[in-house]
Amino acid sequence: MQIYLPIAEVSVNAFLLLGLGGMVGVLSGMFGVGGGFLMTPLLFFIGIPPAVAVATEANQIVASSFSGLLAHVKRKNVDFKMGTMLLIGGLFGAAVGVVLFNYLKAQGQVDLLVRLCYVVFLGVVGTLMFVESLNAIRKSRKAGDAPAKKRRERGWISKLPFKMRFHTSGLYISVIPPIIVGVLVGILAAIMGVGGGFIMVPAMIYILGMPTKVVVGTSLFQIIFVTAFTTLLHATTNFTVDIMLAVLLLVGGVIGAQIGTRIGVKMKAEQLRILLALLVMLVCGKLALDLLLQPGELYSIGAVGGH
Amino acid sequence: MARVLTILLALALPMSALAEDVVLGLSQKQVRITTNFDGSEILIFGAVKRDAPAPDSAPLEVIVAIEGPSTPLTVRRKERKVGIWVNVDAVEVDKAPAFYAIATSAPFAQVISDTEDLRYRVSIPRAIRSVGAPMNVDDAASFVEAVIRIRQSSGLYQLNESAVEVTEQTLFKTTIALPANLTEGDYKARIYLTRAGKVVSDFETVIDVRKVGLERFLFNLSRQQPLIYGLLSLAIAIAAGWLASAAFRVLLRN
Repeated sequence: MQIYLPIAEVSVNAFLLLGLGGMVGVLSGMFGVGGGFLMTPLLFFIGIPPAVAVATEANQIVASSFSGLLAHVKRKNVDFKMGTMLLIGGLFGAAVGVVLFNYLKAQGQVDLLVRLCYVVFLGVVGTLMFVESLNAIRKSRKAGDAPAKKRRERGWISKLPFKMRFHTSGLYISVIPPIIVGVLVGILAAIMGVGGGFIMVPAMIYILGMPTKVVVGTSLFQIIFVTAFTTLLHATTNFTVDIMLAVLLLVGGVIGAQIGTRIGVKMKAEQLRILLALLVMLVCGKLALDLLLQPGELYSIGAVGGH
Repeated sequence: MARVLTILLALALPMSALAEDVVLGLSQKQVRITTNFDGSEILIFGAVKRDAPAPDSAPLEVIVAIEGPSTPLTVRRKERKVGIWVNVDAVEVDKAPAFYAIATSAPFAQVISDTEDLRYRVSIPRAIRSVGAPMNVDDAASFVEAVIRIRQSSGLYQLNESAVEVTEQTLFKTTIALPANLTEGDYKARIYLTRAGKVVSDFETVIDVRKVGLERFLFNLSRQQPLIYGLLSLAIAIAAGWLASAAFRVLLRN
């Protein structure tokens, strides 16, 4: 069934979009990532103009993240206090990121920088997480059914002031590291045009030492606000949010997120991390190949002034 | 008297060449883009009105050209720099139609001469206007070629040679396929009658391509009330997220 999209001005197959939305929704619920880094290239591929794809994707992520969040809230897997701290840092970081992005745009070649950013970050995050989870799985095999060792608290983090108790995460740490993590992820998210879940999740696990189960819900909580803000910004300044496209994607997305959450709960933390690591490495490999291999069509058409 | 007659004849000869006029019919003067718009086909038919019998010097040929709204474009070319492929050169094309289709009654080169093509801007490369290329790009023509190549492969630019059916030098008809990814605007339909490569008559009309119904409403809302549109998008997203969560809870309980 073909549907004509009023803003994108292209006609697309409705079932294809429902399927794509569902697939990305499952990943969103499982890993706590928004899925923007996967969905945006897919939308380019089926012929949606890039500006519309990026803006509409933000709107769809609000829906699937909210759907996933509700499922996690029921299981008490969301640390609202930690999420709020990350969000405060995140919004500040996003503002800095937008300024930085415009500065880089004025220097030219921002496209290339964004792509290189993706490859480097996805590559580093994916590889580190993959190695760590593999080691964790090996250790737990060796130790039989013994519970995994509790992560050691890093000396300097426990020495920082403004300590706060995060009940859901079982942490008693200073609020400074979460806010700094939020700022850094916010900057990256604004430059790379994504919610930042795939950086936030590993940062929460490895830097803040939060339990994997809590991380997913908390990340979704944070993503909702960032992407809702992005959607409004795109809708009012660039007029690029396609509500019809968003509805098709989010119907699939919200259902997928519910299924993903249930799959995620049944899996072990190490397995969840290793799968996310593989996914991140896969996307990284694809982007790296795009940069290294000769494209079939060297020329591309864009609107004047856009990129 | 004889002299007057020759002058009259001399006047009448070019007159008779001009005295072929197009009477046009369109299967639709308006294309309505609805939610389930999946491309459209326009039947263009017409007749040649004459005051005198058809001259039998050269056969009558017909060209039908439909042109969508034009916009300026930026065309970029990738080059390999330090092992990676990056956009290096960019050329701005001043005016390129979003859609351009030509149908002719014989191979294009036979139907219209190059000078006439230049004058009336009929062929695809002539429909694109590109004036200024930056100094550092020495092959600006290849950028325009790329626009044609990319848009031809997506069906936005079409050259259908020998697709116009001409009967008895008087009636003609052709169909032009409008693709699903059509932009709105006024589409100019031009019809040229040619003999021996020369244009003897032309006719122009407009096909109105418009979004209607829900498409129209959403498009207008997004431009006139962007904040309300944005909030509406978010409201739908939150409602859908909640609905799915509630539905799954009910489903799994049973």
